[in-house]
Amino acid sequence: MKEAATRWGRLWPWFKPVVTVALALILSGLVGQLTGYPAVAVMSALWAGSVGNVSNFASTLVIFVPLVLMALGIALAFRGGLFNIGAQGQYWLGAIAAAWVGAWGGVWPPGLHLVAVLLAAVAAGGLYALVPGLLKAYRGAHEVITTMMLSYAAVEFGHYLIEKGPMMLPGSIPESPPIAASATLPILVPTTELSAGLFVALAGVGLVAWLIFRTRLGFEIAMLGKNPEATRLAGVSVRYLTVASLVIAGMLAGLAGGLQISGVSHQLFDSFANQYGYTAIVVALLARNNPWGIVPSAFLFAALQSGSGYMQMNANIPAQMAYVIQGIIVFMVAADRLFEWLGKRAQGRVPRRMPPAISREGGV
Amino acid sequence: MSFILNPELWTLTVAISVPLIYAALGGMFSERGGVINIAMEGMMLTGAFVAVVFAYATHNAWLGLAAGVASGAGMALLFSWAALTLTADQVVVGMSINLLALGLTGYLLDAFYGYNGTPISTPSLPTVHLPVLAGIPVLGPALAQENILTYLLLPTVLFAQFALFRTRWGLRLRAMGEKPEAGRSAGLGVRRYRLSGILLSGMLSGVAGAYLSIGVLNSFNVDMTAGRGYIALAAMIFGNWRPRGVVMAALIFGFLSAASIQLQGSVIPPDVVLMVPYLLTVVAVAGIVGRTTPPASDGVPYHEESI
Repeated sequence: MKEAATRWGRLWPWFKPVVTVALALILSGLVGQLTGYPAVAVMSALWAGSVGNVSNFASTLVIFVPLVLMALGIALAFRGGLFNIGAQGQYWLGAIAAAWVGAWGGVWPPGLHLVAVLLAAVAAGGLYALVPGLLKAYRGAHEVITTMMLSYAAVEFGHYLIEKGPMMLPGSIPESPPIAASATLPILVPTTELSAGLFVALAGVGLVAWLIFRTRLGFEIAMLGKNPEATRLAGVSVRYLTVASLVIAGMLAGLAGGLQISGVSHQLFDSFANQYGYTAIVVALLARNNPWGIVPSAFLFAALQSGSGYMQMNANIPAQMAYVIQGIIVFMVAADRLFEWLGKRAQGRVPRRMPPAISREGGV
Repeated sequence: MSFILNPELWTLTVAISVPLIYAALGGMFSERGGVINIAMEGMMLTGAFVAVVFAYATHNAWLGLAAGVASGAGMALLFSWAALTLTADQVVVGMSINLLALGLTGYLLDAFYGYNGTPISTPSLPTVHLPVLAGIPVLGPALAQENILTYLLLPTVLFAQFALFRTRWGLRLRAMGEKPEAGRSAGLGVRRYRLSGILLSGMLSGVAGAYLSIGVLNSFNVDMTAGRGYIALAAMIFGNWRPRGVVMAALIFGFLSAASIQLQGSVIPPDVVLMVPYLLTVVAVAGIVGRTTPPASDGVPYHEESI
């Protein structure tokens, strides 16, 4: 009995995300049911829209790519106790750099233009995260506030560039000039937007997993997250680690922006970013900052996103349902002790039902 | 010069600043009690939506306002259950509230009213005319003819200042934000005070939301707050967690937003003007020009067991 209980206890952390997602789906199905959209219809539309056929599956993978890369960065910083809430801004900066370098004309040796585009994106994202990193390390400025504010500033900056600034393409729609063919990623599945960026994202998972579990830097970042004071006493520079983890997070978000430009949208326009930078936070949270866990987690949220668009168009069910599901999942992940609390509640009820004599005997 | 003297600019400034001030004052109560509240956006959005639903259903804008405030408080209760009872990470809980509000209001808007949106017969809160003020040059139009919630702002600010710094409750709330252990050893319930701060935040965010939906307008649309909750958060920080500072910061941010609208089509790019509030806040947090000081225990969950 006892052995079974400990084995269950060991498996529970792996099982908890699954329970969380299942509960969130049930709750949102209930919301649908109560408002006139049968839960079964909601779920089947989400399923069909995300993995129902090759083209829908491809569009899920298209969203999967930026989510994975940004979530990896957010998770890495999280392990160091740093909450990078501004991946969206770093993503925009990466995309801006990619769109700028990508539009350079001229003849490039094969592949070099693409490499230049992605490097520019990585550098832009990393540099933009350097600011909150330095402010945290040297001024103690709370990174939640700085990354959030810088993120909104970056989006406004992007709008400026394409509406009135140097990257504006003449015309009525605010957009940047399309990038050169030499800067685009090859498409994997014809007639879809799925590009070779998928392989970059998967390689990123391996790389970040290696960084987190197999390198000294990864170990020190984890140490910083668990106990900054001990890290300092161990002679490791807390400032260096703070800056490094935020910059790496920014580089990954920048890369995501670069891949989006060179693989999917090929130019900057207002809605190219969606809300991926914020969804990626949810992805990292559900995966509990584990790089391997980010793969299924990102896939789930990508499927929700692509499925909800399909659901709106084909089943007339409001797409905002996707945010309801996300919100419930984040709430339950945040309220980690929810399950514990429910357990205590359940146990707490037992003595109350017992006759007073026994409970008094149990006490004192 | 003619730009600054344009009364339209000042009317817009007031219209944009009012909800920012309500929400930011609320956030101040929450954070003074030691709870980081990034959920103002979601609480405002909920308040805005529920206010329209009830104003339309009851044909009474005041009942709409009351329902909007109550719904903000409801979101605040959900927030505090997770943040206080379950000692969850306050930033993550705040995010989830924002996502839930965005999803539920957008979803229910569609489910209740379909593609046409909220009914045009929805009543809105009354506009008050004060002809005495109309004679003031430039600012006259902005002051003389405003929604009732704009005029109620002044007593609200005075109340906030008084409650926070001149009452026993305010002193204790601030203690919970600085050093909850001290409050606990004085025999006070940390959770109770923090809960009161969050609830006030939810209610004031509800007022801010109702101002957007049934104050200046009489409708709701998806993501109506469009980031105003985050600007309110920035105003609260830039205002250094003090009522007067918060009001000033919100007015500056409101002015910048109004200016960016008025600058459409001129030489100065409006998007760059919109970046200023965010950058100012970063500068303030970094202490490059006059450092802001958050409550010492802002964002630190309080565990009863740790005593």
